[in-house]
Amino acid sequence: MTEFLRLDLAALLAAVLACLACGLIGNLLLLTRQSLLGDAISHAVLPGIVLGFWASGSRAAPPLVAGAMAAAVTAALLIALVRRLTRLEPGAAMGVVFSGMFALGLVLIEVTGARAVDLDVDCVLYGQLEALIWPAAEGLGSLLDPAALAEFPAEVKTLAAILALTLGLLALLWKELRLVAFDPDFARTIGFAPRLVSVLVLVLVSAACVAAFWAVGSILVIAALVAPAAIARLLTNDYAAQFAISALAAVAMGGGGYWAAVLVPDALGLGHGLNAAGMMAVVAGLLLAGACLLGPFGPAGRARRRAAVAVGPVRVPAPAAE
Amino acid sequence: MNGALLEALLFAGGYNAAVVALGCAAFGLAAGAVGCFVLLRGRALIADAAAHATLPGVAGAFILAAAMGWDARSLPLLLAGGAVTAGLAVLVVSALTRGGRLRDDAAMALVLSIGFGLGVVLVSVVQSLAVGGQAGLKSFILGQAAGMRASDAQLIGALAALSALLVAVLFKPLAALCFDRDFAAAVGLPVRTLDLGLLALMLAVTVTGLRAVGLVLVVALMVIPAATARLATERLEVMVPLAGALGAFAAWFGVALSAALPNLPTGATIALVACGVFALALAFAPRRGALAFAWRQARLSLAVARDHALRAALEQAEAAAAPGRGAPLTWAEIGRGAGWTAWQRAVLPRWMRASGLVAQDPRRGDGVTLTPAGLAAARELTRRHRLWEHYMQAAGGLAPAAAHRLADQVEHTLPPEVAREAEAWLSRHDPGRLRPDDVGLPRPGEAIPERRG
Repeated sequence: MTEFLRLDLAALLAAVLACLACGLIGNLLLLTRQSLLGDAISHAVLPGIVLGFWASGSRAAPPLVAGAMAAAVTAALLIALVRRLTRLEPGAAMGVVFSGMFALGLVLIEVTGARAVDLDVDCVLYGQLEALIWPAAEGLGSLLDPAALAEFPAEVKTLAAILALTLGLLALLWKELRLVAFDPDFARTIGFAPRLVSVLVLVLVSAACVAAFWAVGSILVIAALVAPAAIARLLTNDYAAQFAISALAAVAMGGGGYWAAVLVPDALGLGHGLNAAGMMAVVAGLLLAGACLLGPFGPAGRARRRAAVAVGPVRVPAPAAE
Repeated sequence: MNGALLEALLFAGGYNAAVVALGCAAFGLAAGAVGCFVLLRGRALIADAAAHATLPGVAGAFILAAAMGWDARSLPLLLAGGAVTAGLAVLVVSALTRGGRLRDDAAMALVLSIGFGLGVVLVSVVQSLAVGGQAGLKSFILGQAAGMRASDAQLIGALAALSALLVAVLFKPLAALCFDRDFAAAVGLPVRTLDLGLLALMLAVTVTGLRAVGLVLVVALMVIPAATARLATERLEVMVPLAGALGAFAAWFGVALSAALPNLPTGATIALVACGVFALALAFAPRRGALAFAWRQARLSLAVARDHALRAALEQAEAAAAPGRGAPLTWAEIGRGAGWTAWQRAVLPRWMRASGLVAQDPRRGDGVTLTPAGLAAARELTRRHRLWEHYMQAAGGLAPAAAHRLADQVEHTLPPEVAREAEAWLSRHDPGRLRPDDVGLPRPGEAIPERRG
């Protein structure tokens, strides 16, 4: 048990919290038809994270978040400029900007010598879950011991803060976001600017990219952003259920991925675990395939409906009593 | 560093290094040329998704080779594995969007990240295997030209040359496909086959670039040189070779840089070189660049302000011709009437005097009067403005004030041919408005009390 607390608890929590925060924000991306933005921002924030890390010399959240937001805003402006001048379709302009900024981030990692400290290319590609350990744990009692809890990895605390912020904003803007997602024109006419929501989404996504960076890196974060919302979309048409299902899928993805990659090989006594961040994406892929094939809108659902139509009684609506 | 860079640039680093640089440059050429069509067909992001989805194929081929006892470092085998999963990724994207529940952007993001995640898991499986060469797999993610064998570079060069040749042969049908798919189908081109062919070319270029540029950034070398060439030219027959040349340059220079600075990942270096060229083009491209754009805007706003001033001066002169009214204008009055901004007030008087449109008024020290040339220009402008006002009122049924505002917006930008067409329309439908007087057209009456810019 102590070993689990020391070696796995922080990483498992980070995986679940990262997927949960990203998954909830992903609903906004999916419902406002901006999934590509998650793709673009998660790549484009890399130079901001590296510069924030280099300037502050620590993994503390505020400088990294500031750097990432600056990079995200720069990317958004650059995309607009490139679109205006080249008159290319938005996807192409995004491709130019985010691949360029990602390359800049990779080179900055080497140039700033951030590599020598804690941040390296591997971390960008798969995160650093294995670095999240809690050596102060002495048993279950440590969970209630303030001194031991103070030693808990800061990355996990940051993730918890970002998740709380996301939940708070979602609760605060619950009705408005529903309006923007389903009827942007009406939202505009009653004075709730979709632009405000776009900025909000931009800020939340870049914050989530930073928070999830240590857990899953900056490529696999796209899976955490898009997959839970997509799974929910394949299962329901209801706004509230969309968020609830995506939250469940996110927890299953984070926890299940870590379990399958680290805990199962450990229990089987295999010397070498699998990559946990990658396994989270694989679990998400399996859930997605299941939702796609067995969900109400997939082939199985269509077959069920067809069977119901063929066998079921033909209901003639009774004339309404006047 | 300088010596090493120069050596690498001049292919002087030995036979192996020279072959590697040439192979990478050939890849850059093919990527730039194919990238133009990928970009114009709107396939940039699906190329990125396919590139990320090569990782499970490459790692899977490595595991297969290790299990069967083949050479796990054989590049053709690994690239074939990557091509298989990249092709599957394209199929999965179209399957996911078919139900109508997920849009294509979500589907591409899903395939990109889940494919990459599966690859990462397989790479971690490879690392637990007891065979050599696992470290080499990493070079497929971020690219590593250093340590590439000459035979690998030859394979890459051959694949790239084949792709470039196919682009040259299929240039015309591909161009028709990218510009107007319906037209291409109407003239009997097999558009579905062509679309599949373009997809196959894209996949071929993607796997060709894996070893040198890496799967994360291989799309950069398809998209960035093509976008750069697009800034420089409108014509596809110039754009494709130009993008190819830029891609070849970026690959060659990037490989040389990463040879001189061995810590830099080759793929990122090549992409940054391409980005640098793109940034230069974005700023300095002759017609579409940011500077040319700003210069055109400034010229236009100056010309509009000058035209407003000329019209104001002419109207003042017309009013002065009536007995007991008017005096020559001062620059301050003209500037106010024409709505000049501060920098226009500074520049325009000098420009208008230098181009001989105005002169000092003899009757008043700070007054301004139109020269004969200025008068002619002002008459022409006023005539065109009133022509547009009449046209808007007659053809568009606008109120005079609205017609004035709208005429102000179009008269500076619409070419004279269009103005002549408007005049011809007026002479056919409402000839009464075209009575000639001192400036060729009557003023549209008292309905427009103020003539302010």
